[in-house]
Amino acid sequence: MIHVLAFYLFATVVIASGAMTIFSRNPVHSVLWLILAFFNAAGLMILLGAEFIAMLLVIVYVGAVAVLFMFVVMMLDIDFAELRAGFVNYLPFGIAIAVVLLAEIVLGVGIWSAGPIELAQRAAPVTGEVSNIQAIGALLYTRYIFLFEAAGIVLLVAMVGAIVLTHRARGGVRGQNIDKQNRRRPQDAVRNVKQPVGQGVEL
Amino acid sequence: MTAFFQSLGMSYEGAWFTSTIAGILLIAFPVMLAVAMIIYADRKIWAAMALRKGPNVVGPFGLLQSFADGIKVFLQETIIPSAANRGLFLIAPIITFTVALMAWAVIPFDVGVVLSDINVGLLYILAISSLGVYGVVIAGWASNSKYPFFSAMRASAQMISYEVSIGFVLISVVLWAGSFNLGVIVESQKGYFGFLNGNGFNPLLFPMAVVFLISAMAETARAPFDLTEAESELVAGYQTEYSSMAFALYWLGEYANVILMCALNAILFWGGYLPPLDIDLIPWFDIPGIIWLFAKILVFFFIFSWVKATVPRYRYDQLMRLGWKIFLPLSLGWVVLVSGFLMFTRYGGAA
Repeated sequence: MIHVLAFYLFATVVIASGAMTIFSRNPVHSVLWLILAFFNAAGLMILLGAEFIAMLLVIVYVGAVAVLFMFVVMMLDIDFAELRAGFVNYLPFGIAIAVVLLAEIVLGVGIWSAGPIELAQRAAPVTGEVSNIQAIGALLYTRYIFLFEAAGIVLLVAMVGAIVLTHRARGGVRGQNIDKQNRRRPQDAVRNVKQPVGQGVEL
Repeated sequence: MTAFFQSLGMSYEGAWFTSTIAGILLIAFPVMLAVAMIIYADRKIWAAMALRKGPNVVGPFGLLQSFADGIKVFLQETIIPSAANRGLFLIAPIITFTVALMAWAVIPFDVGVVLSDINVGLLYILAISSLGVYGVVIAGWASNSKYPFFSAMRASAQMISYEVSIGFVLISVVLWAGSFNLGVIVESQKGYFGFLNGNGFNPLLFPMAVVFLISAMAETARAPFDLTEAESELVAGYQTEYSSMAFALYWLGEYANVILMCALNAILFWGGYLPPLDIDLIPWFDIPGIIWLFAKILVFFFIFSWVKATVPRYRYDQLMRLGWKIFLPLSLGWVVLVSGFLMFTRYGGAA
């Protein structure tokens, strides 16, 4: 009973906030709706018993990725009128993408209802006693270790690439030298002067 | 507790629902009360360190000061700036406050005394604490005012930076305990050198305890890392446009977060509800675990307060340097060190 209620609650909110992400006119509102959708998707995953994936979804997407989205969107100077004027131009592309996605969903559901696919390399289902953190770890670090590390290398390359693309050497920057600041003592900075009247201070 | 409500003749689901609600109230109200008292304690400690008296008028020794302040802000007018984004402006403090209370669901107060004994407890806490940044960012943006916005930018950068190193610190604790469940983590800290309870007594984990304590201060934006509300630069930070209860919610949420971080320090590194010494000298094990936990939380809160009263505020570049250039490599290296040590001792060296 509670499961069913929770499922419909999460599912409705995911769909509604997904729709609001597209329809809201303010990009910051869009990001916030997107965050709500992520959060409720995590709720759906908990209902499925995939608590590890759910927590990772919240930590990675809600906690880090979406914050950076918001960071960027808040600081963008967007002309909303211009954006909306371009809406009609992109409509054919949008419809094309939507049709492709719809076709894929229909295909996917059709295949799913036609029965399971017999894959030679399919992993054995996890028994109930193993928590799914251990199950994922046992699979990820044995059978899929090379794929996993390849994914890591791809991400590393992407990160290095992003830094190379955005980094520019700027002249005339005076960075903070923390070691020098820490080594500074009062006697380097303060000087007691017995100043005679009528003369300027020697600096 | 579900069994108790079932014995009153409820169905299992009804009993589960009632007992969960009762448990939530049983945690949330004492936390709120604790926040009120801890604000008083905070002010008394600063006052003592500044050779002042502190709050001493309302009630005996000024004990009721926080409640008087609460009533004061409650009776004030809620001002919403006309240029503010009304809905988000009001939602932001609610988010901060709710998130601050949510994490308490997985804190074990004694053996088995926990609202939700889930096996991803620590991940849940990480997830919830990463939500905390939204209250601040939304407030800064929705206020439609320069200083709150600057403050929100600072807060989000600061919290994301320190969450990374907190994550790695937690991983090294999890590796040691072999579980994400907070109850199991506490139980795994028994008997260092035969008589000490707490990961902090483990020479391998002690540096992580220090890193976690400092990161906890940065994560809750307490002094010396309170750059989000650096009054000499940013008026009052993201709270500038807030008044009345909305402001009070920030205040309460902030202190609830501080108590939570103190509790996490106690649970992850100093044995949680276990007594610090594992020897039965006096009727030592008869003292309920919750008292030990509260005592440890108070000790950590005193440290937080002490630091706030004595340490000057960091510069922003110093804060970022500490987070990214010192804590991150240190904690990352420590994960490798701890897992390497465990591979050799616990799993026999073979990868």
